[in-house]
Amino acid sequence: MTDTRYERSDFQSDQEVRWCPGCGDYTILAAVQNFLASLDVDKEDHVFISGIGCASRFPYYVNTYGMHSIHGRAPAIATGVATANPDLTVWVVTGDGDALSIGGNHLIHAMRRNVNVKVLLFNNQIYGLTKGQYSPTSELGKRTKTSPMGSVDQPFNPVSLAIASEATFVARTIDMDRNHTTEMLQAAYEHNGAALIEIYQNCNVFNDKAFAQLTGREERDANRINLVPGRPIVFGANNEFAVILDTGGARVVATADVAAAAIHVHDPANPDPSAAFALSRLSHGPYGPTPVGVFRDVDRPSYEAMVKQQLVDAQAQKGPGDLSRLVRSVGTWTVD
Amino acid sequence: MTKETLEAPVREKRDRLVLRFAGDSGDGMQLTGNRFTNASAVIGNDLATFPDFPSEIRAPAGTLAGVSSFQVQIADWDILTPGDAPDILIAMNPAALKSNIDDLDPGGLLLVNGDAFVDRNLEKAGYTSNPLEDGSLDGYRTMVAPMEELTKLAVADTGVKGRATLRSKNFFALGLVSWIFNRPTQPVIDWVNDKFGPDSVIAKANIASLMAGYNFGITTEEFQHLYDIEPAKLDPGEYTNITGNQALAWGLIAGAQAANLPISYASYPITPASSILEELARHKNFGVRTLQVEDEIAAVGVAVGASFAGHLGMTGTSGPGLALKSETISLAFQVELPMVIIDVQRAGPSTGMPTKTEQADLLLAMYGRHGEAPLPIVAPATPAEAFSIAVEACRIAVTYMTPVIVLSDGYIANSSEPWRLPDLDELPAISHPFATADDSEFLPYSRDPETLARPWAIPGTAGLEHRIGGLEHADLTGNVSHDPLNHEHMTWLRAAKLDRIAAGIAPLEIDGPESGDLLVLGWGSTFAAIRAGTRNARREGYSVAHGHLRHIHPFAPNLATVFAGYEKVLVPELNSGQLAMMLRAKYLVDVISYPKIQGLPFKATEIRQKVIDTITGTGDSEAGQ
Ligand SMILES: Cc1ncc(C[n+]2csc(CCOP(=O)(O)OP(=O)(O)O)c2C)c(N)n1
Ligand code: SF4
Ligand SMILES: [Mg+2]
Repeated sequence: MTDTRYERSDFQSDQEVRWCPGCGDYTILAAVQNFLASLDVDKEDHVFISGIGCASRFPYYVNTYGMHSIHGRAPAIATGVATANPDLTVWVVTGDGDALSIGGNHLIHAMRRNVNVKVLLFNNQIYGLTKGQYSPTSELGKRTKTSPMGSVDQPFNPVSLAIASEATFVARTIDMDRNHTTEMLQAAYEHNGAALIEIYQNCNVFNDKAFAQLTGREERDANRINLVPGRPIVFGANNEFAVILDTGGARVVATADVAAAAIHVHDPANPDPSAAFALSRLSHGPYGPTPVGVFRDVDRPSYEAMVKQQLVDAQAQKGPGDLSRLVRSVGTWTVD
Repeated sequence: MTKETLEAPVREKRDRLVLRFAGDSGDGMQLTGNRFTNASAVIGNDLATFPDFPSEIRAPAGTLAGVSSFQVQIADWDILTPGDAPDILIAMNPAALKSNIDDLDPGGLLLVNGDAFVDRNLEKAGYTSNPLEDGSLDGYRTMVAPMEELTKLAVADTGVKGRATLRSKNFFALGLVSWIFNRPTQPVIDWVNDKFGPDSVIAKANIASLMAGYNFGITTEEFQHLYDIEPAKLDPGEYTNITGNQALAWGLIAGAQAANLPISYASYPITPASSILEELARHKNFGVRTLQVEDEIAAVGVAVGASFAGHLGMTGTSGPGLALKSETISLAFQVELPMVIIDVQRAGPSTGMPTKTEQADLLLAMYGRHGEAPLPIVAPATPAEAFSIAVEACRIAVTYMTPVIVLSDGYIANSSEPWRLPDLDELPAISHPFATADDSEFLPYSRDPETLARPWAIPGTAGLEHRIGGLEHADLTGNVSHDPLNHEHMTWLRAAKLDRIAAGIAPLEIDGPESGDLLVLGWGSTFAAIRAGTRNARREGYSVAHGHLRHIHPFAPNLATVFAGYEKVLVPELNSGQLAMMLRAKYLVDVISYPKIQGLPFKATEIRQKVIDTITGTGDSEAGQ
């Protein structure tokens, strides 16, 4: 990185960071602070809005404007901030319970409206703050305090959900991979409109090693599929696996078994979300071959830009608001 | 019908008249009533309206459930209410007749669309014989017009076809009524042309029907008894006719403008609050952002976010939505951001009777939050007053950095009355506490010593970066704190804003003697009925006064002194006695509750009777409800 105006320390608040030692949240915080320092954006123009949960403590630790709000509502509150002042860079920090359980409705609507907010969804597949209950991304059969016999709830796939919610930008990354996280932050920042990054985040207290298949030395090569725009999707220590799209879905095949031309070339900018959706279905949770990277990145006017444009158009058509004309607009009469 | 030249019609002068238009909800009775009202406003009558309609958009046609009505009182003096009972009933079908005839005074004028009284409709309304023929209407001055047949003839040349030919029969009725009550037809014609386009088939058909009705009146013998109502002697000034929701919407615009703040109004449609969102959405040229969002929780969330970003965040709803917003309102209270929350109350609980009025959300507004979260509450007394109450809500929200609840109701929302336009230049300027950076450390929870407002530091301002949140925080710094004494201190500090607000509100004014046998204390839409009822009783010699609260929380500071002047205090409310409970708790005054929970407003006669009973100790008024 070349000369920048800021250091990471400019984005560190004076509050003691209080996550459990070893929590994945620390790495994400460092990645975000470093990323913010790398941008040529005035510090005061960033706003972090969070809900409730371990992840949602995030804004207290970032020295920008911020609001630690209430459980699940951050996307709605961020919509209010972004619409009021489109010049701000608005971030939402949320957990899997916050975003997908109590706040599921707000999340999908923020996505479909394409509000220019960057949603960092810290998915640890557990309720951390409330001490270890199963979450809407916990795997089927998960045993927790509230599911002693195993969870019977089918989990969400957050990437599939976001794509189905008309999101214009959807990505996935992993807390331990700082460089990849930064790349995803950069891509989300550059995207105009709603962006969701699912970040696999290790909760070493209540759900340790949930992402081992993607992070463990032994397993990761065989399981981590890097999505790179414009490139055929191959993975494995020696690129021995490939992804093809046929019969309406995506499949993993041995690279040797297919013609090079049959391998799917990743195109996140494809207006048709079908391929991105198919890729998101390669895994359901971080088990077996699982794509990370940008699934979808398409252009659509942002919500607040359209809201603002309507104000401009209304003024052009009717002139600036005139209260004394307004109160006379349905006809008046005079009593002497 | 006679074609010969008629003698000059009889003209009877009246000082006031109450008309009720009733028909099927598909018959356009609200429109008819509104146009009649408008024409009356134009000629300078005072008026008050009461629309009453079913909650189903299309209840089965011709049934009692589908009857929609619109009552208006017109007068040559300053009336307050839409009248207790109609003097004239216009019934477009048997169901409308059946569900309204009991309210018509004996000797009242009944105007009926005779064509609708066929077997099928009579049966649907539950009549076993035709009331137009069986003598059951003998006590009334009944006039039957073949409105459908004449409408069909009238529109024959306009190009409407098929079933649409009968659509304009309400305009026929309106034309006929315009003749009988000497209203000009031109305002209706102008409105129709404006609404539908002068060349449209529908405008032509409506105007043709209107004039056919009017001319039918001119040429028909039985309609030669006309009524005149002189213009009212209202205070001099410029007037417009306005509904409560319209006044609220305009008041919000005015209030935000006085504070020099843009509006972000987020809402989720719900009767009877939707028309505020609809009205504001039409005024984007004022810089008003309207967001129709996914639910009420999102709506109030958007408002919080917008206020954080330096807008005046607002949201409007009815009771079910206020319940949903509760958690977020506590957040707004905790982070001390300004916000205006409107609850247009309707009859509950749950979906209740969504198109009927009630005042039963008072305690929800007062106490319906977790934790200690006292909020200011204001309530308009009349439709027009909703304007100044909305401005007042903006003033309190911004001056004291707090969410404010406005309690309106379905009656105020939909009713209209003449509004004397205020001098807009005299609206109070509202100064907002936007913080600016200086060399000292920024303390997001420092306070203005007078108002206790904290500084409003909006994102984008360099040097004031800070975090706010729902977690309890230390005084001044706003840093998260679980210190027990700090929590107690902050709780009292937040509550103390209410005392500061109280110090800034006008004393309660009393209509009537300052001491005497009885004070009737009301709030919200019961104003007109209480004012008329108490004045009537006073004219009969009873010692009664009326006070009406606009500020429900905090109360006007002189309230305790006011109570001291009266032997008894009567509190009429459209709920089971919620204000009465608050007054008892706060002032230890043994108020007498007068509840009404029928989805209907009080009538002036009910109040008058209750006043007399309470003073004389008769009736069941002391029974304790
Ligand atoms: C209305 C409401 N319901 C429940 C809670 C309790 N609660 C706080 S955080 C949380 C779950 C957090 O899980 P997640 O969003 O995954 O965040 P994590 O702690 O795992 O980062 C719950 C249930 C609350 N604060 N508010
Ligand atoms: S509980 Fe889990 S998610 Fe929460 S701070 Fe501890 S390790 Fe992190
Ligand atoms: Mg979690």
